[in-house]
Amino acid sequence: MKVTVKLFASLRKDRFAVDDFDYQEGVTVGHILASLNISEEEAAIIFINARHGGPDSPLKEGDLLAIFPPVGGG
Amino acid sequence: MDKILRIDMGAEGGPKMQVESLGEYAGLGGRAMTSSVVAKEVPPFCHPLGGENKLVIAPGLLSGTGAAMSGRLSVGCKSPLTGGIKEANSGGQPAQVLARLGYGAIILEGKPQGDDLYKVFINKDGVKIEADNSLKMMTNYDLVSKMKGEYGDKIACISIGPAGEMKMQSASIACTDPEQRPSRHAGRGGTGAVMGAKGVKVIVLDDTGCKARPPKDLQKFRAANKIFVEGLSRHPVTGQALPAYGTNVLTNILNEAGAYPTCNFKVGQFAGAGKISGETIAELETKRGAGPTHACHRGCVIRCSGIYNDKDGNFLSKQPEYETVWAHGGHCGIDDPDAIAMLDFLDDTYGLDTIETGVAIGVAMQAGVVSYGDAQAAINLVKEIGKGTPLGRILGSGAAVTGKVFGVEKVPVVKGQAMPAYDPRAVQGIGVTYATSPMGADHTAGYSIATNILKSGGFVDPLKPEGQVALSRNLQVATAAIDSTGMCLFIAFAILDQPDTFQSLLDLLNSFYGLELTADSVSDLGKKVLRIERDFNSRAGFTKEDDRLPRFFYTDPVLPHNVTFMVKDEELDSLFDW
Ligand code: SF4
Repeated sequence: MKVTVKLFASLRKDRFAVDDFDYQEGVTVGHILASLNISEEEAAIIFINARHGGPDSPLKEGDLLAIFPPVGGG
Repeated sequence: MDKILRIDMGAEGGPKMQVESLGEYAGLGGRAMTSSVVAKEVPPFCHPLGGENKLVIAPGLLSGTGAAMSGRLSVGCKSPLTGGIKEANSGGQPAQVLARLGYGAIILEGKPQGDDLYKVFINKDGVKIEADNSLKMMTNYDLVSKMKGEYGDKIACISIGPAGEMKMQSASIACTDPEQRPSRHAGRGGTGAVMGAKGVKVIVLDDTGCKARPPKDLQKFRAANKIFVEGLSRHPVTGQALPAYGTNVLTNILNEAGAYPTCNFKVGQFAGAGKISGETIAELETKRGAGPTHACHRGCVIRCSGIYNDKDGNFLSKQPEYETVWAHGGHCGIDDPDAIAMLDFLDDTYGLDTIETGVAIGVAMQAGVVSYGDAQAAINLVKEIGKGTPLGRILGSGAAVTGKVFGVEKVPVVKGQAMPAYDPRAVQGIGVTYATSPMGADHTAGYSIATNILKSGGFVDPLKPEGQVALSRNLQVATAAIDSTGMCLFIAFAILDQPDTFQSLLDLLNSFYGLELTADSVSDLGKKVLRIERDFNSRAGFTKEDDRLPRFFYTDPVLPHNVTFMVKDEELDSLFDW
């Protein structure tokens, strides 16, 4: 199934900004992080279709996954 | 910092100054100082531009010391924009310099009798004030370069541009950065108009010959500062993300969260967000020979600021902050970073709050005055404000007035002040802060984004009303305290997450003043400041009905989450019951 993955800030270094991937049914955010060599600590903020998720969150066909390192501002 | 400089601009025969002891204001700094003076000395029903209003400028408790991050300045008055009490906070050099010169506050009061425009010069030998009508309608950048010519390049300036002289409700007060750029502003609430009404164009400060303020216990103070700085560099937000991308790293995250107000709060996502994001702009700045890492004052170790050059490599503006990029960008459907940087520069040099100005232009776009996405038209509108044309004066009066003049129903303001870059429907916690802060809609007053979106200091689901009042309350209390120390609010990311960094902040205060403050006493200070401010507002006629968001946030759901603002009125009213 197809999932769009977006990476931001320092996570883009040596990786990508946005890409589509084909995953097996039942894939979780944690699996994807592992496949991209991103630690759970680095993936501080995770959105699935604009809602907060975590490493255990499951994904489905067509989902948009956005991953941020710890960031702040204001 | 043991004296107050009072200048009566309305005295017979011209301005009269007086240096007095701190008296009952001893032990106060920053926002605690400005709000205490305003609450005590300004009649709540006075006209903000009249002789009874006062402009109070105060460094924080730790400003002028060797403590890192301690250079924030508070500016207080009755706000011409909200009609309530105002504390606007600025970075730049003036807080450090003013504190080293020994002043706990400058208070400008009275009503000038003529049309003269004054400059004030303060150094270790004293204070001089003189009329200088050659400065009339000068922009901030031109003014500061003239002051450098007159007083040398060791100075720090606090000034107003043409917007302040025209007493516009969105006029800011500019503070110079370490390289003498008037690029840091006490932006919100029209403080520049009050300075303009006092007839003061610029306060020039020179601390040559002054030393850093000495702590009571130097050894403990140094040790605490070391732990504090180490904590800030250890935390990923203050140590890495803010220096690398600045505050504008938030564009992508708020957009991904569906909380990025686009085209006057119509939807929560902007197709052009990537083009104006912190990632894109940091790369552009580096490519053009400037960069995203710069300290707005000496002693800042986070360095969230940056320098933005034009395509030929010449200085265009400082790195626009997230809220500026949003107000002039997504809110107006504009996705051109060069245009946004130009708008940032124009705002700084005319002396305008970037949030109020950008939001007013977006409201005018909603009315069809110009089209969404038309960057050149937005630049022209800001130039109209700088010139003071009738249209410029309307826009310079802020979003609420602009909305009324052009018959716009959906105007994002609370207490007359424009909402910044976070949709309160998609981040319910920030809606609570917008509604209840004594300042009007102000994100910094209780930055719930930290916990609602950034997962700093825990997590409270941004899309549900539960837990938001408690979150906003705690943040508003902590912020009121931090704003009194002179510390930059961005230390909050580290002190929320790292108990040892929080303790080092207490140790800095304790070793400097010989106190024994605990976490509880800091929170008591924050509560005291908020109580003083709330009390002023209620004496100025504010009621609980003023602690509400505009109606459309309750009735019009925003995409992509399809939510309205759901926190109940009774809950909002309980925010200050602690
Ligand atoms: S972190 Fe940013 S806003 Fe805060 S003091 Fe440093 S440069 Fe100024």
